[in-house]
Amino acid sequence: MTIGAAAGLKLGKACRDAFGTALKDLGDEFPNLVTVDGDVGNSTRTEVFAKAFPSRGFNVGIAESNMVGVAGGLAAAGKIPVVSSFAVFLLANAYDQIRMSVAYPGMNVKLVGSHAGISIGEDGASQMGIEDVALACSMPGIVVVVPADATSTRLATRAMLEHVGPVYLRCGRIEVPDIYTADSEFKIGKANTVRDGKDVTIIANGLMVGISLDAAAALAAQGVNARVIDMHTIKPIDEAAIIKAATETGRIVVAEEHLMAGGLGSVVAGVVARTKPVPMEFVNLGDRYAESGDPHGLLQKYGLTAEAVVAAVEKVRSR
Amino acid sequence: MADATKLSLNELKDAAKAIRRLIIQITTEAGSGHPSSSLSAVEVVTALYFGGYLRHNKANPRDPKRDRFILSKGHAVPVLYAALCQAGYYSFEQIMTLRKLGSPFEGHPNMKRLDTMEASTGSLGQGLSLGVGHALACRLDGLDAHTYVMMGDGEMGEGQVWEAIATAEKYKLSNLTAIVDQNGYQQTGATKDVLDLKPFASKFDAFGWHTQVIEGNSMEAVLEGLAKARAVTDRPTAIVSQTKKGFGILPILEPTGDLNYHGKPLSKELAEKALAHLA
Ligand SMILES: Cc1ncc(C[n+]2csc(CCOP(=O)(O)OP(=O)(O)O)c2C)c(N)n1
Ligand SMILES: [Mg+2]
Repeated sequence: MTIGAAAGLKLGKACRDAFGTALKDLGDEFPNLVTVDGDVGNSTRTEVFAKAFPSRGFNVGIAESNMVGVAGGLAAAGKIPVVSSFAVFLLANAYDQIRMSVAYPGMNVKLVGSHAGISIGEDGASQMGIEDVALACSMPGIVVVVPADATSTRLATRAMLEHVGPVYLRCGRIEVPDIYTADSEFKIGKANTVRDGKDVTIIANGLMVGISLDAAAALAAQGVNARVIDMHTIKPIDEAAIIKAATETGRIVVAEEHLMAGGLGSVVAGVVARTKPVPMEFVNLGDRYAESGDPHGLLQKYGLTAEAVVAAVEKVRSR
Repeated sequence: MADATKLSLNELKDAAKAIRRLIIQITTEAGSGHPSSSLSAVEVVTALYFGGYLRHNKANPRDPKRDRFILSKGHAVPVLYAALCQAGYYSFEQIMTLRKLGSPFEGHPNMKRLDTMEASTGSLGQGLSLGVGHALACRLDGLDAHTYVMMGDGEMGEGQVWEAIATAEKYKLSNLTAIVDQNGYQQTGATKDVLDLKPFASKFDAFGWHTQVIEGNSMEAVLEGLAKARAVTDRPTAIVSQTKKGFGILPILEPTGDLNYHGKPLSKELAEKALAHLA
């Protein structure tokens, strides 16, 4: 079943496509914006910007650690480099370079990882970023954003450029349902309640927001009124939204296309444990690599479905 | 027993053709994948498996005495699945499950699911270091096993490759051969435009390797190059294998205007034409 269909949403563009177009559209407004790529600009979609502003797009070849270092230098010299690759090659391959040339000196570098999650499909686990959020969050000072649809990706791209300091923006490869409209609000660090409810709260990000809205529709048919929060920013986390959800609904499920370790679930759990302990359940990849397969078959096999979210809600409500 | 298969030159050429056909069939069936990256490497892989170079053991693919072939440019794994099918390891039906959910014939080599894969690759730049590890271990254990690592010319942009090149020379790993599949293209365009590392030979040479440049889509040249590499006893060998991406079906690809044809399968129609061309 198409993601978002049960919730009455229409399939829109993939986040990576929205990102590429947004960069191009913002090119004139941000004259210091430059892109640094590692031979995958046609995958991450920075090529859309680089084609429109050829002198401002750099492709250093298949050399991610060098790519990040170059971005650090560009930032130190006053540019706003957007450095991108597949999420896992960017965060995992160039981790120490991000740490030393971006995070530690607080450089104004924008890191964009495309092909996040298992929904990239057939290429298999070596290309799937399932630990990128944990890696990004592990570096002090980096803002970590995981938008849910094309419109919020566009808004997030602007917010990322306006923010002074390092940002990691995570984008998926496949088409996702449209959740927002052009006049929707997007503020780094401020969660969006995309569906209100009082019986339970589902906190999600990325592609799991649409899937959680599908779950909420199914739950509504059973008389369960679920709140769905799009926690697009993982760092800094919107503590107020979490405390409010815990207080008002008393139960929380966290859904994400990422490993359990170090993802949204563990961050939210940390806040809940410290502020307003309530029962929680988690929908994520657990502790395993996925495999090759079609995106929707993979989401099914690895339990990232509306049914899995519904089951987690039932479980958390039975506790 | 780890034994090498040794076919005649004509048989090798036939095997190469059969392997090319399989590459096209399985990637078109999968609807995704990297046929052009696989096709450039066919002569080298065929010569290794069927020209008397890789001693392998079907009964025990991880036989310590085996020679190793690490496909560092893991996206070209269809060439490996096809060669292993040709060698009788897997059936045509098995490799036709390429990239399908549940299939061990994944989009990139997964050594946990297939004991014929020497490494799990797919993040470029890492295979030569693994090869250094194999070569060091074989030497420690007194095995005369040889390790071959194939990399892409675009892949050579990764810094780790050059760290491994320096390490292999330090330990004078004459049981290690690196093959650069110099097909002139990488993902976003011609290697000369993206990151031009040519000439490779003088760079390897400067690192102290024995170096050869060969015509990598000529079976004769490949056999000769591999023979020379085996004869070197004091240092590692680099074979700069000058190939064409998509070799074997270039007349089919030419009309599409995309001679890189990176990371996309042939349509059913094009595949049929390509198979007829290879008949
Ligand atoms: C570390 C890393 N960065 C980027 C990629 C994405 N990628 C897959 S294939 C490829 C191009 C490879 O070019 P080359 O090494 O020349 O191999 P060819 O396909 O030409 O045989 C790229 C950039 C990757 N797999 N790993
Ligand atoms: Mg190449």
